[in-house]
Amino acid sequence: MDLDYFFQLFLGGMTRGSIYALIALGYTMVYGIIKLINFAHGEIYMIGAFTALIIVGALGMTGLNPVLIFLIAGVIAVLTSAGYGVTIERIAYKPLRNAPRLSALISAIGMSLFLQNYVLLAQTSNFLPFPTLIPEFKFLANAGGIISSTQIIILATTALVMVVLTLLIKFTRIGKAMRATSQDRQMAQLVGIGINKVIAFTFVIGSFTAALGGVLICSHIGQINFYIGFIAGIKAFVAAVLGGIGSIPGAVLGSFVLGLTESFGTGYISSDYEDVFAFLFLVLILTIRPSGILGREKKAKV
Amino acid sequence: MKKRVTVIMIIALLATLFFAGCAEKEAEVIKIGVGGAHSGDLASYGLPSVNAAKLVVEEWNAKGGVMGKQIELVVEDDQCKPEVATNTASKLVDEGVVAVQGHICSGATKSALSIYEESSIPIVSPSATNVDLVKSPNFFRTIASDDAQSQMIVDFCLDTLGVTKFAVLHDKGDYGKGLAEFAVEFLKKDSRAEILLFEGITVGAVDYSAVLNKIKESGAEVIIYGGYHPEASKLVGQMKKMKMDIYFISDDGVKDDTFIKVAGEYAEGVYATGPIDTSSNPLYIKATKDHQEKFGEDPGAFFYNAYAATQAILNAIDKAGATDFDSITKALRTYYVETPLGRIKFDEKGDAEGVGFAVYQVQNGVYVSVK
Amino acid sequence: MVTLKQIRNSVLIALWMMILTFPIMVIKVNTIENIVIWRWMNLLYIGVGTVILSIFWFFLINRRKLEPEERKRSFALKGKIETLKGVLAKPVVQKPLYAALLVIIIIFPFVSSLYQTGIMITALMYVILGLGLNIVVGLGGLLHLGYAAFYAVGAYTYALLHRYLGLSFWVCLPIGALSAMLLGILVGLPVLRLRGDYLAIVTLAFGEIVRILLENLSQYTGGPAGISGIPRPSFFGIKMSLSTAMNYTYFLTFALVLFTIFVVRRLEHSRLGRSWVAMREDEVASEAMGIDITRAKLSSFALGALWAGLAGVFFSAKTTFVNPASFTLWESVIILCVVVLGGIGSIKGVVLGAIVIILLPEYLRAFSQYRMLFFGLILVMMMIFRPGGFIPAKRRVYTFDKAQLEESD
Repeated sequence: MDLDYFFQLFLGGMTRGSIYALIALGYTMVYGIIKLINFAHGEIYMIGAFTALIIVGALGMTGLNPVLIFLIAGVIAVLTSAGYGVTIERIAYKPLRNAPRLSALISAIGMSLFLQNYVLLAQTSNFLPFPTLIPEFKFLANAGGIISSTQIIILATTALVMVVLTLLIKFTRIGKAMRATSQDRQMAQLVGIGINKVIAFTFVIGSFTAALGGVLICSHIGQINFYIGFIAGIKAFVAAVLGGIGSIPGAVLGSFVLGLTESFGTGYISSDYEDVFAFLFLVLILTIRPSGILGREKKAKV
Repeated sequence: MKKRVTVIMIIALLATLFFAGCAEKEAEVIKIGVGGAHSGDLASYGLPSVNAAKLVVEEWNAKGGVMGKQIELVVEDDQCKPEVATNTASKLVDEGVVAVQGHICSGATKSALSIYEESSIPIVSPSATNVDLVKSPNFFRTIASDDAQSQMIVDFCLDTLGVTKFAVLHDKGDYGKGLAEFAVEFLKKDSRAEILLFEGITVGAVDYSAVLNKIKESGAEVIIYGGYHPEASKLVGQMKKMKMDIYFISDDGVKDDTFIKVAGEYAEGVYATGPIDTSSNPLYIKATKDHQEKFGEDPGAFFYNAYAATQAILNAIDKAGATDFDSITKALRTYYVETPLGRIKFDEKGDAEGVGFAVYQVQNGVYVSVK
Repeated sequence: MVTLKQIRNSVLIALWMMILTFPIMVIKVNTIENIVIWRWMNLLYIGVGTVILSIFWFFLINRRKLEPEERKRSFALKGKIETLKGVLAKPVVQKPLYAALLVIIIIFPFVSSLYQTGIMITALMYVILGLGLNIVVGLGGLLHLGYAAFYAVGAYTYALLHRYLGLSFWVCLPIGALSAMLLGILVGLPVLRLRGDYLAIVTLAFGEIVRILLENLSQYTGGPAGISGIPRPSFFGIKMSLSTAMNYTYFLTFALVLFTIFVVRRLEHSRLGRSWVAMREDEVASEAMGIDITRAKLSSFALGALWAGLAGVFFSAKTTFVNPASFTLWESVIILCVVVLGGIGSIKGVVLGAIVIILLPEYLRAFSQYRMLFFGLILVMMMIFRPGGFIPAKRRVYTFDKAQLEESD
């Protein structure tokens, strides 16, 4: 096989990976703090994108500059989604903090179902076009359709979010509090950390990244409906686990590995089995490293 | 305990045999069932058929109904899931419907048919295109079958477009894959054609660049896609972004104005097959206007097929003057009926005569018939 | 009592919700036609609705916080329910009650319609599925998100064996169960080292792989178009009318449910069952105590899969049609909901859970488009106000007593 083809597939895989990564980052953060598979995370992603679409539509009438509209819509979408994240945590997860973990999981599934149908009923069941608001960069005109500006923005945003989150967790006060809460919630409470605030903050950050992903990804794909969150959420979850759930760099690495596996699997074998490659690879990695690529093995004692 | 249960069960079983076949009471109204996806992710394909049924029934009732009785609709959701569809079908049978307009998805229709067959109820589907369905004596449809459509796509590519290198894609769904498999079968029969790729894509995936790169690399001149419009618009969008300039031809699931609206400028030049354009038919215009007046928007997918199906059912009952299975099916096969799709009746298998397909191309944002 | 402070809080919450839901509830954009519809009335509904719901919510939450005795005092009715429970627990009362239930179940298909019988069969199949998954999740403590795969194996075993070899329902029943069980062991092997959510994701992956294989191997499985014309269960070759056949299937399913309950009960208290519970409580400790974890894990996977296989064969026979769309991740999630909502590890709970989860959406049909919304909401509410499920398992109390007994020895 020639190198050019390989390179094309590699780029495609990287784009996919960065899309998964934007969603997986929030997933992994929430998981790290409260050890909950937040099924509703994909729905936050969908709500973020939908809100952006609505704002764009409403502002579209005013004839503002498209880039400005995009920015306004993005900001509102991200803020609203953060609001949704915190509210969902308060209603569906906070009362269950001391309940069995499976109860919280079912609550998350219920929430996911509720949000999907909420958007379906309040908006529409049809696919809607998502406007391409990011202008094509001039310098890419010669790239021959290898990479689009939306793809570059997605890649850059993923990198930026990852760096910011890593710095936030490593060096800030709240980051320390988050790590403490993640390690031992009771102990953290004893040393004076307001765990309610920390958890709420985690949901804000998680939903923030999900919505950011929603807006960027939907403007890449160009369409949206109420169901997109579910599939995206599952893939992001797989990516997060692959990298080692709870670890920020792990989520990004896992996403890229997943994206590349799918891309090469499709390119060199068949797209019939695209998901099968991804899942088999996951099983393989987890058999060799049971806590994911970057996950830490820590519970070996009684 | 176990022994006792067994004894009771045997008694119960005998009792069932005894009770089977209770007497039916005389109906005051004539009930027509509507089955299909009215919720879930495929709801947008099922709900228009309900609207169509409502409009037709309203019109007939205003004229005095059929056989001097008013018509009542019984609408039941099957979510396009086979396991739900059998329950839906039993519910309709329990409600005492004499015929059913539906179901929408081929899979759900197949499983529901077993119930209808045993209850001797004819059904007319607006959208189930699977080839095997017509094997059932209860089944009729107002849409052309998968193989007819595939044949048309293949012929159009070979004869009109003059291309020989094919890439066939599908969405792994019941409809899309069935269609794509027929296309491959027909292509294999033709010595001119060369199939370079035949694969299924994953619905809902965030990007299709890998499979498109593969097609680009293979040197195919045309992509035949079996599936629905959301994935098709993603595919054509990415093709344009990747500067792939080859033909894209698809099916009835894509020949939907929503495709053009969602795909926007990328839709330009895409071919799709669909029912012959009857938009100049007065009934078609009337149905559209009625829908706009009653529901405040343009009709959705399969609306006209569903409209025709409901009309055909009512017409058959009216002409037959009876509601038993034999009379209705005989009338469906005998009498022509005026519908938005034209003058139709059904052949021995249950396919509609007079409903044809044509190839369309998107030109300046509208589908234009090219053949 | 509702205090002024609570009302003020509720109003604040309502304001928050109104702002939050503003874009989605009020503005409706049609980007196709470029029309924007402003639905201001929705804002009012949200506001008023939230105030009422949140007051109710505070009331329930406060009640939940009260100690059980206080709750009993605050609610005379609750006390009465407790005494009623005591009365019900007596064998003298219980036996006739069970007999009455049995009679109702047996009479049911004769007095109800075809549709009612149909959904009741579905509910009974979910009882079997729930009890099977309960072995893995409830007893073994292994979070399994790919259970539908085994269900699919059972269903396809019957469908394919009938299609190619013309085998009957009764021959396929044990074969379906065995093949699902074998697959259970096969899945169990690579995941032996995995724990918790890693196990969950691998089982999820596995479930999806099976479904995709069924979709892609068109030449054998019929692909997404599925296999139709699968016969209903036969009864010594007698030809039955539709309603008789349905009633017959109903009784067969019911018999299998009884059999499942019987076996699961025996399993639970067996040596194997106790080793599962030990594994659930602490894997490392139980291994140190001499429990063969490999054996315990594999057997719980295999025995869980066995019931799914049986239910799968029944599914094919009842629906007379199979295609891969029936065995998605969503199906696995629903079965998990049955187990958790009913009460993890509790047989009565799982039975009730299955009946509620399957029948609720059916009876909510009247609300058609709102039913999935309510269903989601009910799941959340149930978990918050009854996290142990409808009928929580009593197992824990029992083990605790025993431990004390042994200590005093």
